Amino acid sequence: MDFRFTEQEEAFREEVDEFIRRELPAGWTEESLYWPGGYGAIPDFEEVRPAHERFRHRLAEKGWLAISWPEEYGGADRSHIEQAIFHERMSYHRATGPDVGTLIAGPTILRFGSEEMKRKWLPRIAHGDIRLWLAYSEPNAGSDLAAITSTAVEDGDDLVINGQKTWSSGAHVADYAWMAVRTDPSAPPHKGASLVIVDNRSEGMSIKPLINILGVHSFNEVFFDNVRVPRENVVGELNQGWYYLMAALDFERLVVSIGGLRRTLEELTGYVKSTLRGGRALSSDPLVRDRLASLAVEIEVAAMLFWQTAWMLDRGLIPNTEASVLKLVTTELSRKLANTAMDVIGPRAQLERGSTWAPLTGRVSTGYLDCISALVGAGTSEIQRNIVGMRGLGLPWPS
Amino acid sequence: MDLGLSEEQEMLRSSALDFLKKECPKKLVKELDETEEGYSPELWRKIADLGWLGLPFPEEYGGGGTFLDLAVLLEVMGYNIVPGPFFSTVVLGGLLVLAAGSEEQKREWLPRISGGEKMLALALTEPDVSYEASAVKTTAVSRNGGYVINGTKLFVLDANVADLILCVARTKETSDPEDGVTIFLVDARSPGVGVTLLKTLARDKQCEVVFDNVAVPGENMLGRLDKGWPLVQGLLEKATVAKCAEMVGGAQAALDMAVAYAKERVQFNRPIGSFQAIQHYCANMVSDVDGSRFVTHKAAWKVSEGLPATMDVAVAKAWTSGAYGRVTLTAHQIFGAIGFTMDHDLHLYYRRAKAAEMMFGDGAYHRKVVARELGL
Repeated sequence: MDFRFTEQEEAFREEVDEFIRRELPAGWTEESLYWPGGYGAIPDFEEVRPAHERFRHRLAEKGWLAISWPEEYGGADRSHIEQAIFHERMSYHRATGPDVGTLIAGPTILRFGSEEMKRKWLPRIAHGDIRLWLAYSEPNAGSDLAAITSTAVEDGDDLVINGQKTWSSGAHVADYAWMAVRTDPSAPPHKGASLVIVDNRSEGMSIKPLINILGVHSFNEVFFDNVRVPRENVVGELNQGWYYLMAALDFERLVVSIGGLRRTLEELTGYVKSTLRGGRALSSDPLVRDRLASLAVEIEVAAMLFWQTAWMLDRGLIPNTEASVLKLVTTELSRKLANTAMDVIGPRAQLERGSTWAPLTGRVSTGYLDCISALVGAGTSEIQRNIVGMRGLGLPWPS
Repeated sequence: MDLGLSEEQEMLRSSALDFLKKECPKKLVKELDETEEGYSPELWRKIADLGWLGLPFPEEYGGGGTFLDLAVLLEVMGYNIVPGPFFSTVVLGGLLVLAAGSEEQKREWLPRISGGEKMLALALTEPDVSYEASAVKTTAVSRNGGYVINGTKLFVLDANVADLILCVARTKETSDPEDGVTIFLVDARSPGVGVTLLKTLARDKQCEVVFDNVAVPGENMLGRLDKGWPLVQGLLEKATVAKCAEMVGGAQAALDMAVAYAKERVQFNRPIGSFQAIQHYCANMVSDVDGSRFVTHKAAWKVSEGLPATMDVAVAKAWTSGAYGRVTLTAHQIFGAIGFTMDHDLHLYYRRAKAAEMMFGDGAYHRKVVARELGL
C-alpha cells in the first residue's frame, strides 16, 4: 500500500493545476454555477462558448481530453490514476472540457470497437473536434433502460432508425448521438440491442428543447424519423449493445466531482469563518462545525472510493459495483452539501446570482435545485443500489 | 499510488482467516464472553506461536512486521471476533512500550509480550471518560526515590488478566494540563491495586482500577517525567486506527451474514433478498463497509509510515464509528426475530459496534478534530 502520488503523478498534478489556472477563462471558477454531481448547469450542455472552446482545444493539444488512451488514438498514454488526478483538478476549478465523447463513448469504443472504428472516431474525440450526446432514455424507458423501443433496421449498407429519445443533455450543441437502439425487437434486450453513432445532421432527426428546473436549456427531446446511418457506425457487434451499454454506464458513473465537492466545502468554510452571527463567527457554533466536519469526512470517504476505481482501471478491471457505490456516495453527498449549505448560511442562501447579498456567488440556490439531477442521472440512487445488491452481492432478481 | 495489500499481507490475511475459523468458532467466543478471564490460554498460546503478539515490533524484540500488517491482522480478528487481551497487550501496552520505553524496558517487556508470557493493560481514562489531558487526575507523588499512585481509572480494558498496567498519572499541576503527565509501569499484583471487572454491553473485559497508595519504583517510569502526554497522544492515534481496522472487519462480517441470510430466507414464496427493500439495505451496507475500509487503510498507512495523520485518523474513526453501527443495525433488521436471540451470532457484533464506537472518541468527538483541521 502506498497512498502517496509517485513523483511522476505529483509532477503531473502540479502541471495540470498550473495549466488550468493559467488557461481557464478569467473568473470562470467563481462565475460557473456548476454544482458537483449536478447535470443541470454543466456549461457544455447549455451552449458552446468560444472561450471554452479555446480552453478545450488547449487541453486536446496536450492529449488531456483522453489521458489514458494510447497515443495512436490521440491520447496521452498515461495511467488512470493520472487521469483521475486530472479530473480531480479540473473539477476543483469547475473547468469544462472532458465530455460524453472522452469520458463515456471513447473508453467504450477503446474496449469494444473494431480497429477501424477506433481509428475513425477516437482521434477526433481526443482532439476535441466532435461532441457526442447520450441517446439512451426514452419517454417509457428511464430506469428500465431495457424497455427502449427505438429501432434500427438493416437496409443495404445502412441502418434505418425510428423512435424518440428524451432527457438528451446537450444534444443541441453536439455533433453525434451515442445511441442505444433495438436491432432485434423479437429478442430479449440483452440479445437484441445495439449501440450506434448517429450524425446530428442526418435527415429525419429533429431536436426540441426541454428547459430544466434551473431555467437552463440542457435537455432535449430528439425524434428520429427514418434516419439513415451507415452500418459501420455500429459499435462492436450488432445485437451485443446491451453489454457495451452496461460498460459505458460504468464509465459514466466514474465521472464524479471530488474536486468540486472539496472546492465548495472550502468556500463554505471560508464563508462561516468570515460571517458573524449574533456577534460571533458562525464557525464557532458547534452545530455548524459538526455539520461541516461531517461533510469533510464524507468527502474523504468519497475520494478514497474514487482513487480505488482508478487504481482498478490501471489493473485492467472495469469497476462495476465500485462505480455504482462511488456514484451513489458522491451524488448523495452532492445533495447533502447543498442542503447543509442552505441550513448553515440561512435565508441569504436563497439569493440567486446577481444579488450583492448572495453568498458563494449565488451558487447554493442553484445547487439546491441541481443536486436533484445528481441522484437521478446515470441511474438513480435506487438503480445503483439494485446493481450493488444483485450484481455485486448476488442477491436474487425480483420474481 | 498503490491501494492493494502486499503479497505477504494477503497471505497473513487468508491464513489468519483460516486459522480463526477453525480455532475460534463463535461457540468459543460466546463461552469466553461469559467467563471472568475472557480468553482461552490455549488459543493465546497458538496466537503467540503464529507470531501475532509481536507483529508490530522490530525483529530484535520478537516481531518483524509493520503497523500496517497489524491493521490487516486486526481486520481479520474483528471479522471473526477473538476474545482476549490482544488489543490491550499488543496495541495499547506493546506499542506504548515500543514508542516510549528505554532500551532496557523494551528488552524486558516486548519479547515477553511476543512470546505470550505477559499481558498488559493501559489505565488512561477516569470516571469522566475523556481522552483529554485535563481528565488525568490520578496522581503520582514522588517518595523515597519512587512514586505513590492514587486515583481511580475506568474502562481499563483487560486489567483483570493483566500482569502489567501502564498507568497514566499526573505528576505536576500547572496551567497546561498537557504538562505534568507521566506514564508508569505498574505490576498488577502491587499492593493497593484494586481491579473490578465491569459488566458491559459487549461483555468485553473493561475494568475499574483503583490505585490506593500504590508504590512504584522510580525505574518503572515510561518516558520522561511530566512529559508523558505526547506519548499518550501518539499511542491514541495508533490505537484509534487499530480499533477502526477491527471495526471494518466486524462490519464486513455483519454484511456477509446478512447477505447470506437474505439469499436463503424465504417469505412470500421467495428469498427476502429479492425484495428491493432488502437489496437496498445491503447496498448501503456495502457502501459503508467499503468506505470505512478505504479511509482506515489510508490512516493506517500514514501511521505506519510515521506521517502526520491527525486528519486521516479522525476521518477514519468518525466515519467507521457511524458505519459499523449502521451496518450491524441494518443486519439486525434483515435477520428479524432470529437475530434477537442469544443463540445467534449477530448480537456479538452489534454489541461490539457500540463499544468500539465509544472507545478512543466517538464520531462527534472526531468530527471536532476534523473541524479544527479544516481551520474552523
